[in-house]
Amino acid sequence: MSDPMAEIRASFFIECEELLESLQDGLQLMDDGDTDPETINIVFRAVHSIKGGAGAFGLDDLVRFAHRFETAMDEVRAGRFHPDGEAIRLFFACADILGDLVRAARDDDQVDDAVTGPVLEKLDKLVGLEEEEEEVLDFTPATLSLDFGDGLLDLPDLPDLSALPAAASSVEGLPSLDLPADMPALTAEALAETTTKGFTVHFKPENALYASGNEPLYLFRALRDIGDISVTCHCGDLPNLNQLDPDTGHLSWDVTVHTEESEQSVREVFEFVDGLCVLEIKPLTGTAAMIAPASAPVVEKVVEKAVETAAPEAAPIASPQKPPVSIKMVTAPAPTPKPAPVAKLPVDSDDDTLDEAPKDEKSGSFAPIKATGTPTQPRATVRVDLERIDRLVNLVGELVINQAMLSQSVTEAGLPPNSPVSTGLEEFLQLTRDIQESVMMIRAQPIKSLFQRMGRIVRESSASVGKDVRLYTDGENTEVDKTVIERLADPLTHMIRNAVDHGLESTEKRLERGKSREGHVTLTAQHRSGRIVIEVSDDGAGINRERVKQKAIEKELIPADAQLSDSEIDNLLFLPGFSTAAEISNLSGRGVGMDVVKSSIQALGGRISITSHEGEGTTFSISLPLTLAVLDGMVVRVADETLVVPLNAILETLTLTETDLKALGPETHVVQIRGGFVPLLDLGAELGYRKPQDSYVGGIVLLIGQEDGNRAALAVDAIEDQRQVVIKGLEGSYGRIPGIAAATILGDGQIALILDPTDLVGQASGRTRVRQPQHALVG
Amino acid sequence: MTDTEKQTGSTSIELLSFRVGGQDYSVDIMSVREIRGSAKATSLPHAPFFVKGVINLRGTVLPIIDLSARLGLQSGEDTERNVIIVVDLGERTAGLMVDAVSDILAIPSEEMQPPPDLAADEAKTFVSALTIVDSRMIRILDLEAVMPPQGEEVA
Repeated sequence: MSDPMAEIRASFFIECEELLESLQDGLQLMDDGDTDPETINIVFRAVHSIKGGAGAFGLDDLVRFAHRFETAMDEVRAGRFHPDGEAIRLFFACADILGDLVRAARDDDQVDDAVTGPVLEKLDKLVGLEEEEEEVLDFTPATLSLDFGDGLLDLPDLPDLSALPAAASSVEGLPSLDLPADMPALTAEALAETTTKGFTVHFKPENALYASGNEPLYLFRALRDIGDISVTCHCGDLPNLNQLDPDTGHLSWDVTVHTEESEQSVREVFEFVDGLCVLEIKPLTGTAAMIAPASAPVVEKVVEKAVETAAPEAAPIASPQKPPVSIKMVTAPAPTPKPAPVAKLPVDSDDDTLDEAPKDEKSGSFAPIKATGTPTQPRATVRVDLERIDRLVNLVGELVINQAMLSQSVTEAGLPPNSPVSTGLEEFLQLTRDIQESVMMIRAQPIKSLFQRMGRIVRESSASVGKDVRLYTDGENTEVDKTVIERLADPLTHMIRNAVDHGLESTEKRLERGKSREGHVTLTAQHRSGRIVIEVSDDGAGINRERVKQKAIEKELIPADAQLSDSEIDNLLFLPGFSTAAEISNLSGRGVGMDVVKSSIQALGGRISITSHEGEGTTFSISLPLTLAVLDGMVVRVADETLVVPLNAILETLTLTETDLKALGPETHVVQIRGGFVPLLDLGAELGYRKPQDSYVGGIVLLIGQEDGNRAALAVDAIEDQRQVVIKGLEGSYGRIPGIAAATILGDGQIALILDPTDLVGQASGRTRVRQPQHALVG
Repeated sequence: MTDTEKQTGSTSIELLSFRVGGQDYSVDIMSVREIRGSAKATSLPHAPFFVKGVINLRGTVLPIIDLSARLGLQSGEDTERNVIIVVDLGERTAGLMVDAVSDILAIPSEEMQPPPDLAADEAKTFVSALTIVDSRMIRILDLEAVMPPQGEEVA
């Protein structure tokens, strides 16, 4: 398919993601007891829009599923079905599968029917609906005709002028398109369904219909699937050949359908061309006349009104010979019919006879209007390719480096500090910082999407271990760098599963201990001193330290006689190959444990810690940098190499005196700081740049503090500067280096390495050995 | 330079030839991004002996491979006059430190020979083909093999 199609397709999938998000939101609200019709509408509309778009792209699996889901939601919306907790859980499952299907369609993947089948069955049973296959087939026409329109209709401007709006209208416009379809549904469907034997359909496509790649033939074929049809084509409008505009449609059709189906199912055939054609559907036989009039005439009027308001397109109907004026504008008027019927409706129906008609129409028509105003876009946004942002981020990084180089050469040139150059440079520095911050903010995203995915993990994992679990989230609008969010998904998934599987007790045990039947898992995010802190906590039994220790001894991770503090035992969970579940469930306990979580968090420059109280629960706390792009660091020199130490790791700096420095064993030193002892590490030796020095007296050390409260003193040769540096990943070009987090470019154009203090201290070995709980214990 | 050969050969490969430790090597010119003078590299801790360090290539971090060390050859004169060939290998970019760049050659593909099987020679594993130009043997470097192993440490 051509490029424009691929683009439209891509934007459809992006939109799907947004719709899925609002779907989740809506369901969550419903779960929390919100019965506002507006909420239900949001959910319905999300499903409906996905179905509409999917139909246009021929994603049959997706359409089929979305349709069933939509039908169920429609029941809820119409007030015929009141969902309880069970039902909402099922809706959640549907939303999850819908998301899977969307992603599968995007990646040309398949979702196993075994997954969708049972859920659909439950759904149908729940709502009490039997779906016929025909209904599903109704949606194929739009599909096929898109391909078709490309080749056969020979519209040179198809991709630009028409295909785009068509796709847009099928996605965005659909909520309002429901309108005519709903009215007969409410009035006629329930009463007249059984008595009508068929319909006559008058169908006159407007140019926009062809321009958006639809094809009447397929519509008729879809009608044929509903019942026997006979088609009459009116070609009286055809002008002489010399006046024929090949871009204009001149044909109209009358189709007689003999069917047992309701008017709505006939109408659904034309769902995707709604607003693009003149459509009149009348019951065929007189038997229905006494019941149906309520709906049919109204619909007719609506259509006529719509046609009148859609000015240029209406012309051919009134005076067939008159050549259409503004064919190039075909797509623009398409939306106009929508507001028209809505506005006129109450007035029209007042003229009509039946009392209940206006009532029904109001409920049918007003909700969508209200709805179109509300959907989730309080601010104007622009969709930008991530690559462009990354390029911008890189460029700004270059700018910062360049600025640093410039100020360095100004300083070297010996200009006085208050010279115009210096002051100008000062302002330049301020500006570059501002730009940098703004650019970084572009990449930041609310962590909400990640939290929503975790909701699904909780639902699925709690179902598979048979526990009643509820997820509470807090701070989901906390903004974090997009990359951080993406790379957090796996570790967080693992932690949530762990909390559900290992953290929470079984329901019986909970009741025994006087806890609520429902287990609680809480997921929070918040900014704390320049970092984001994410906490996963459960209200389960807490860590059984006795068992953890036993297990570690069994697996020979620690010596049998080891004396461990509580926090040391807790940290055993992070050891590779450690799994506590007494019996292995299918959720966790496959040997991929918290060690993997820990290493992936560390790869993000984050730390993970654990607190647990017997009987009250366990909390895992992840602390992450807000962005992976810049860092405040201290520039130090060691053995003729320049290194950057992240500022947030440095507690203080000091010069060693003889009394501070104590020898401990043959090869190690400790530094005495205010009554505490801290192991001394020679940075140069740890990185293999040099041999340990003879004496560290008079040397400068950086006191490094870690998340878990451990400290270490790093000996360096000199402290040169303190500045913000742009992080350049090493992993892409070279690979990970132990003790090194990344690289940066200094003012003189040289590359300096950025330390990863925790990793460095953890890996520290050789001359100055530090006793790090988890690592010391392994040996 | 060798335009005549280009016309005769049905499918010929253009090679950039250079000298390392007294031997002639070459790489496919399509993988060469640029050639630049040597710069002071920032050494990396725990790096293999042949990784000289990283340099700043207009904002990107470029690992530098000391090719003579990598190939197990005599390390040439000191680094001042060395040249860095920046090569692109799909996802990865690296700088090869060589003694001097010599020529651009167009070699018909039928004149390429597989290297003979000499298990003892370490450098052999880095040579994907051999050819003769003006009675000099040119070794064609297997860039993938020369690159430092990657990923084992990446979490």
